Amino acid sequence: MSYKTIIEDDIDVLVVGAGLGGTGAAFEARYWGKNKKIVIAEKANIDRSGAVAQGLYAINCYMGTRFGENNPEDHVRYARMDLMGMVREDLAFDMARHVDSAVHQFEEWGLPIMKDAKTGTYLREGRWQIMIHGESYKPIVAEAAKNSADKVFNRICVTHLLMDDSKDNRIAGAVGFNVRTGNYHVFKSKTVICGAGGASNIFKPRSVGEGAGRVWYAPWSSGSAYGLMIEAGAKMTQMENRIVLARFKDGYGPVGAYFLHLKTYTQNCLGEEYESKWFPALTEMVGKEYLDTENQHLSHKPIPTCLRNHAFINEVNAGRGPIHMITMEAFQDPHLEEIGWHNFLGMTVGQAVLWAATDVNPKYENPELTTSEPYVMGSHATGCGAWCSGPEDVSPDEYFWGYNRMTTVEGLFGAGDAVGGTPHAFSSGSFTEGRLAAKAACKYIDDGKAAGIMVSDKQIADRKAEIYKPMETYTVGRNEIVAGSVNPNYINPRQGLDRLQKMMDEYCGGFGVNYMTNEKLLQIGLKKMATLGEDLEKVAAEDIHELLRAWELKHRFLTSESVFQHTLFRKETRWPGYYYRGDAMKLDDKDWHVLTVSHRDRKTGAYTMEKAPLYHLVDDE
Amino acid sequence: MPTFVYMTRCDGCGQCVDICPSDIMHIDKTLRRAYNIEPNMCWECYSCVKACPHHAIDVRGYADFAPLGSSVRVHRDEEKGTIAWRIKFRNGQKDMELLAPITTKPWGTCIPKLANEAAPADTMRNSELLFNEPKYVAMNDSALPTLKSNKLSLKEGVYY
Repeated sequence: MSYKTIIEDDIDVLVVGAGLGGTGAAFEARYWGKNKKIVIAEKANIDRSGAVAQGLYAINCYMGTRFGENNPEDHVRYARMDLMGMVREDLAFDMARHVDSAVHQFEEWGLPIMKDAKTGTYLREGRWQIMIHGESYKPIVAEAAKNSADKVFNRICVTHLLMDDSKDNRIAGAVGFNVRTGNYHVFKSKTVICGAGGASNIFKPRSVGEGAGRVWYAPWSSGSAYGLMIEAGAKMTQMENRIVLARFKDGYGPVGAYFLHLKTYTQNCLGEEYESKWFPALTEMVGKEYLDTENQHLSHKPIPTCLRNHAFINEVNAGRGPIHMITMEAFQDPHLEEIGWHNFLGMTVGQAVLWAATDVNPKYENPELTTSEPYVMGSHATGCGAWCSGPEDVSPDEYFWGYNRMTTVEGLFGAGDAVGGTPHAFSSGSFTEGRLAAKAACKYIDDGKAAGIMVSDKQIADRKAEIYKPMETYTVGRNEIVAGSVNPNYINPRQGLDRLQKMMDEYCGGFGVNYMTNEKLLQIGLKKMATLGEDLEKVAAEDIHELLRAWELKHRFLTSESVFQHTLFRKETRWPGYYYRGDAMKLDDKDWHVLTVSHRDRKTGAYTMEKAPLYHLVDDE
Repeated sequence: MPTFVYMTRCDGCGQCVDICPSDIMHIDKTLRRAYNIEPNMCWECYSCVKACPHHAIDVRGYADFAPLGSSVRVHRDEEKGTIAWRIKFRNGQKDMELLAPITTKPWGTCIPKLANEAAPADTMRNSELLFNEPKYVAMNDSALPTLKSNKLSLKEGVYY
């Protein structure tokens, strides 16, 4: 290979992936590490990368303590209820107590936050959400990260984390390649903060053909946070907890502002309210602790996201679809109509494009909703991610091993989607987790924990060969055939992705099977995954761009395998509406009121699963 | 939908190539102009549309569900701190212009350089505080909440 090897040495804090989590980490690291070398490696351009590249119209996690609105523990209780109990409450409390300080700084930096004209407080969309004009949310926070970092390497696809050759299970940096020049980049670092994001395009999307990019989470969210950390041997948690979204059909435009601020609501095709009639049977499935319709309505506690999905899915299956969002009332108010459109333009332009293309004017027509394919991520109403240490002053022993947000690999920290068990962090919470990880990473270095790291030339050379192998496979194999993409000795990344998505859909509970799976299906799926894994050794890349897709696919594959293992392990249906275990259709608190934790052996690839205890915040009374 | 580039407006400057989060805006080697090399990996995020100095990039709805003939155009202006949109329906019956702020400050001027901040004291290092805390948590003098301050504890098992 003619690609150059470029080594960046003596890094203290390496941020891999600078979305909201990574930018928070790079920003904060400078404060605690005045003389430390802080470097960012980002797959795209940090001005428009990650899930917030397009902008946001709301910050979904803001306590408002300064306005006397909420305390951190209120948010923990909300997230716990929404996730059917399965939350790392130490991490959630920690995020919630710090998150407002991030938002207040965003405002100082110029992020336009809407105000309530009467009270002067931030304009609330719902109890936790505040409304912003966030088209430039990402460029603004990227500026803060750039101000702190020594160097920003854009367009570096990080493929692997480097491991210390002198001490087992300790991080030593990362490697990858530049998607423009093709050059091989080696980052030797004392710590790594992984903010490489969750996963779209793992389950077969509803859209087909050209529209396959119209996924709810960004198509560039390749599960690299999980792929990188799993490969490095970090323990993962709650990877079965994939999320399904009820969204505007085809465009997947957001519904939060519609429900909460515009006060629109849903009906079946007959114009009836349908949710409540599914609740009695659902209460039988999950127990009164999780769905107590009467009392929940009385206390104004929200119904968990998955359970609302369940009602939606069942109503459609009963033949009373489509489900409509009733916009025709709210949109008669020109101010609310404008907000409805701004909401899309600020975060999902494609939905505005779709309504314009199909002449859907929500003032005169109630648009259709749908339930999406599942997504694997950890900052929305779901908590997939790495098993991380919590903060010293909050966490019980089982949740604490020295450094906040550190994974079970020494010196490897997580932020945003990378951290497991912390749902409802959203953009502001992910940024906050990055800040927390950065402080802890600096402390880890100052405590001397990174002393004596050694990276052998062999490790660097082996990874280089591995990274470019898909290009070699292509070069060797392409002359065997006349032309085209059908080759007996390799598959291209798109073919591999299609195969992965079909498998995940059919065996792991995608939309095509109404989110249903069982032990038998999962075992067949895992068998097929094993052969896909073998074939991915033969994935071929025609050029550097395809090499990027090849490595994204490998990260998606590792993520998917983990989702399979976790789904197989948890023998219950904890989140009806996200997925169903047909062989265990009830929520089972006796055996499964626990967090699931997995470990993939670095050498053999074998999985071991365990249960970890769940701690809940309770009042001292 | 997927982006496309008008032949007569593009001068091949590469701003779109530089910004695209999905790495799908590339320069055609023969025509020396940009184009979308992988429409099914396009999120229609409009990053390239906004970045193009010549408004040479537009979006045509995904072929699998969006009919032809409508338009959503944008002009983003960092100096004015605004973003202007125009939405035209396929049937021509709706034509909306919408304007929103993108920043409240002169672009890029109010973001701190933490290298210039005073170094944190040891007491702060050994606390749970982050930069600008505790002040910025509630914009007053109150301390960062802890389990103790909020009269909470973490207990194992099922407690609801």
